[in-house]
Amino acid sequence: MNIIGLLAQLFAIALALFLAPLLTGWVNQCRAWLQSRTAPPLLQPYYMLHKLFNKDVVLAHGASSLFRFAPFIVFGCMVLACAIVPTLSTDLPFAPAADTIALVGVFGLARIFIALAAMDVGTSFGSLGGRREMLIGFLAEPALLMVIFTTALISQSTSVATIVETLAQREFAIYPSLAFAGVAFTFVSFAENARVPVDNPATHLELTMIHEAMILEYSGRHLALLEWAASLKLYAYSCLGLALFFPWGIPNGDSFPALLAAIPLLVFKLAIGGSLLAIIETVNAKMRIFRAPEYLGTAFLLAVLGLLVRLLLETRV
Amino acid sequence: MIPLLKRILRTGILTEPPPAPQPAAEIERLHDEILAILGRALTIREVDAGSCNGCELEIHALNNPYYNIEGRGIKFVASPRHADMLLVTGPVTKNMENALRIAYDCTPDPKLVVAAGDCACSGGVFGESYASCGRVDNVIAVDLTIPGCPPTPLALMQGILAAVRR
Repeated sequence: MNIIGLLAQLFAIALALFLAPLLTGWVNQCRAWLQSRTAPPLLQPYYMLHKLFNKDVVLAHGASSLFRFAPFIVFGCMVLACAIVPTLSTDLPFAPAADTIALVGVFGLARIFIALAAMDVGTSFGSLGGRREMLIGFLAEPALLMVIFTTALISQSTSVATIVETLAQREFAIYPSLAFAGVAFTFVSFAENARVPVDNPATHLELTMIHEAMILEYSGRHLALLEWAASLKLYAYSCLGLALFFPWGIPNGDSFPALLAAIPLLVFKLAIGGSLLAIIETVNAKMRIFRAPEYLGTAFLLAVLGLLVRLLLETRV
Repeated sequence: MIPLLKRILRTGILTEPPPAPQPAAEIERLHDEILAILGRALTIREVDAGSCNGCELEIHALNNPYYNIEGRGIKFVASPRHADMLLVTGPVTKNMENALRIAYDCTPDPKLVVAAGDCACSGGVFGESYASCGRVDNVIAVDLTIPGCPPTPLALMQGILAAVRR
């Protein structure tokens, strides 16, 4: 690890911190336009964060230290996830530090802490949200792992950087297994990011919400960190999806000119992905919570099909 | 899915100046002024302290594409802990008195309280009785009142702006 590489890594993290609320703002704008409204400003998530950091914190009676530390842990996990996923380069110092399975583990750690914190105060909505989150999580994680194993089989490695390098920089080849894996990944990322078929990020109806129900008791800077972490999670998932299925244009190196050249392409890909997300959210209705297992089961099935297609049809003897 | 998308395209953006020119200009002006204040991100918790739901219907209209208050960075939230402003409606019934106090205590500073509707402003036809505490000011300190039975969405927007201006 040299000093240039370290600087490049820090730059990638700073870019993630900066771009993540912007991506959330862009998705919200697209949603508003599709609902025939004028949209809130693109920078609205920043205004919200700025306001929340300037507000007091009100803690519930009986909130333990876990409740106070959880937002920082969740935020840290998401920043780490954004550092592992290759966004600008496949040759950053953090890339070999954790493979895709560890990445799924980082998401899992954040989920456990936010669910525990939701149950900590003892309100009914907090426990309800925490339990629902764990339900969604334990169904979504295997499907996500299966998607990752499919790509790992193609590149013979579970390291994200190696997978992206293999897919982006080897001779052009079409993998049918990736089509299955791509659809499964889309399903999973909708569920994991509290998006419409599973959860509604705009809802304030307590009985239908999952993510929002868990953070009802947070205020001030804690809430700001959790909202920022939610944006970072969406950003990390989008970048992971782009890295696995549309990896073209991610340079292999840590020189700053190459990194800077990769930014416009990344922003372009994220903008396209964000508007597609908004369209899918608009044309779908939210499912009942009891339909979520079927939905995530479908995702798991598709991911397994992708794995089988890879094993049975694409492996050359 | 395709017919739905077609319909969306055909409908276009509905948040347009309404037919009568004067209220339209008024909405635009209010939007702009609200934007410049409170970090451009005001969050409101609506508390029904015993209202007949007439005020709620008008408050609901603020969220439709026509008035579209969310498009200007003002959001209704699910918890008083997320809120900057409590929008209280109805005469405060004895049963809701404690709930209103708790909601007020749960709201982090800086916070505002707006009483919307005649009942919240003065107790209305219900007044003070064995079942009702009367106006909201009898229970928690109110920053601003929005009269009307029920107040129109435009009056509500004006009131929210005036409260934030202080």
